[in-house]
Amino acid sequence: MSEDPIEVFLQPIQLDYDYTAGVSASRFLRAIEQGKLLGQRCPVDGRVYFPSRGSCPQHAVPFADDGAVELPDRGTIVTYSIVRVPSENIPLELPYITVQVLLDGADTVLMHVLDGDLDTVRMGLRVEAVWKPKEEWTTSLANILYFRPLDEPDADYDSYKEHI
Amino acid sequence: MAELTAVVGIGQTKYVSKRLDKSMPGLIREAAERALEDAGCTWNDIDAVIMGKAPDMFEGVMMPELFLNDAIGGAYKPMLRVHTAGSVGGSTGIVAASMVQSGIHERVLCVAYEKQSESNATWALSISLPFSLASVAGAGGYFAPLVRGYIRRSGAPEDTGIRVAVKDRQNALRNPLAHLQLKDISFEMVANSPMLWDPIRYLETCPSSDGACAMVMENEALAGKRSNKVAWIHATEMKSEPTMFSGRDQVMPQAILDNSKSLYKKAGITKPREEIDCAEIYVPFSWFEPMWMEGMRITDINQGWKMTYEGATALDGDFPVNMSGGVLSSNPIGASGLIRFAEAARQVRGIAGDHQVDGAKKALGHAYGGGSQYFSTWIVSSDKP
Repeated sequence: MSEDPIEVFLQPIQLDYDYTAGVSASRFLRAIEQGKLLGQRCPVDGRVYFPSRGSCPQHAVPFADDGAVELPDRGTIVTYSIVRVPSENIPLELPYITVQVLLDGADTVLMHVLDGDLDTVRMGLRVEAVWKPKEEWTTSLANILYFRPLDEPDADYDSYKEHI
Repeated sequence: MAELTAVVGIGQTKYVSKRLDKSMPGLIREAAERALEDAGCTWNDIDAVIMGKAPDMFEGVMMPELFLNDAIGGAYKPMLRVHTAGSVGGSTGIVAASMVQSGIHERVLCVAYEKQSESNATWALSISLPFSLASVAGAGGYFAPLVRGYIRRSGAPEDTGIRVAVKDRQNALRNPLAHLQLKDISFEMVANSPMLWDPIRYLETCPSSDGACAMVMENEALAGKRSNKVAWIHATEMKSEPTMFSGRDQVMPQAILDNSKSLYKKAGITKPREEIDCAEIYVPFSWFEPMWMEGMRITDINQGWKMTYEGATALDGDFPVNMSGGVLSSNPIGASGLIRFAEAARQVRGIAGDHQVDGAKKALGHAYGGGSQYFSTWIVSSDKP
């Protein structure tokens, strides 16, 4: 038996995928290309999913085609973290603030980032989206650069606590 | 009627950041052979192999079980691979137990592992999905907002997590297999460590470890003849839920509440805090100790932090948790759940060495994974049910 240590080396590989979004996600992505935030309503309990994948994970039913709901680009921070750990996949400068935003009229949270002083972030903070210049819009949620605080009183804890 | 099943052999590697003297199969073989030795068996005595690890993308080796089973000694034996994200170690133990309980096999070996030195878990967990903004940095980035939610709703003092970290790191000093051995660990040391994912500090997180854990289980006809202490499996339970749905309680998922309720019913336990002597709980970030004390119904909702504060979860407390040092001290991800199950079994067999809880007869093993959506648990005892 050899006593030589195992040699470990880094071998980068690249895998390219063709991604088929499907009917529902395509509609969502075509809308966001136009700067519109499109949610979908569950036909069972009426809750609005954003982003929507076309079916309800709780009730296992497809969302109806006419269940689309256009949402405003403002909402409430439900919870957050300040990230000081680098990750190769994330092109953001450290530290940055990750937030879970409950858009007004939505019943699920969106994970995004907040631009602002580290000590301004808090649960209940009212925020709005800051978009990239229109000519740079693509079929991606990254059309929203980040969220920024609104000059509004904080949302009441009871109004968003079930989404944490 | 299910076959009564017992853990009769346990093998673990020493957990370290880089095992450069062993390949992936070599690492797993080491744990498997130690379990066989503990059980007084050879590969010839094993009917089947159950193997678990965290997602294949971590090491970038797809379906490694296909070559690993032959490489570790299980050639020509039936083999089953288990996948349930971070909870996989626990699920692997449960699947192995079910193979004996169902009467399909008389004696099986299960093994779970991770070689994090050959992997990049944070990269694999920070995937950039098409058409979205990548902002969640690894497991800490995912769980930190949930810890923030727990602090808000429970009113727990901000230093609760620090206290858990100090306790688990002190316990690790009693476990020679534990990866992190911080001899001068103190409250100040944890409190002054850098904030990584606010409110989670560096020393409140788990390390990246290489390691494997294995167990041999057999039916009552075989285990009942043994003269040494075995760990009888009283109950197992797995529950899961979707990662995202409207109104989902991400901090205290329904799946863990359902899991604990069902587990105790199967085990005939009505007062878990009194009837269970100790527990190994999956706590990769310190705050999950109080959260899962509540989820496992050891205490009431929003009261878990008090157990930490009162010292109840310390080695000499009334409900010791993570006597081995826990995931906070050793984290070969895929194995971490099975280590919890194995350490629970070691306690009731009375072979846990310096981290033994005196007179432990009934112990709880717990693992969770994904976005707090998969839960695997078991109850083992020195006595038959």
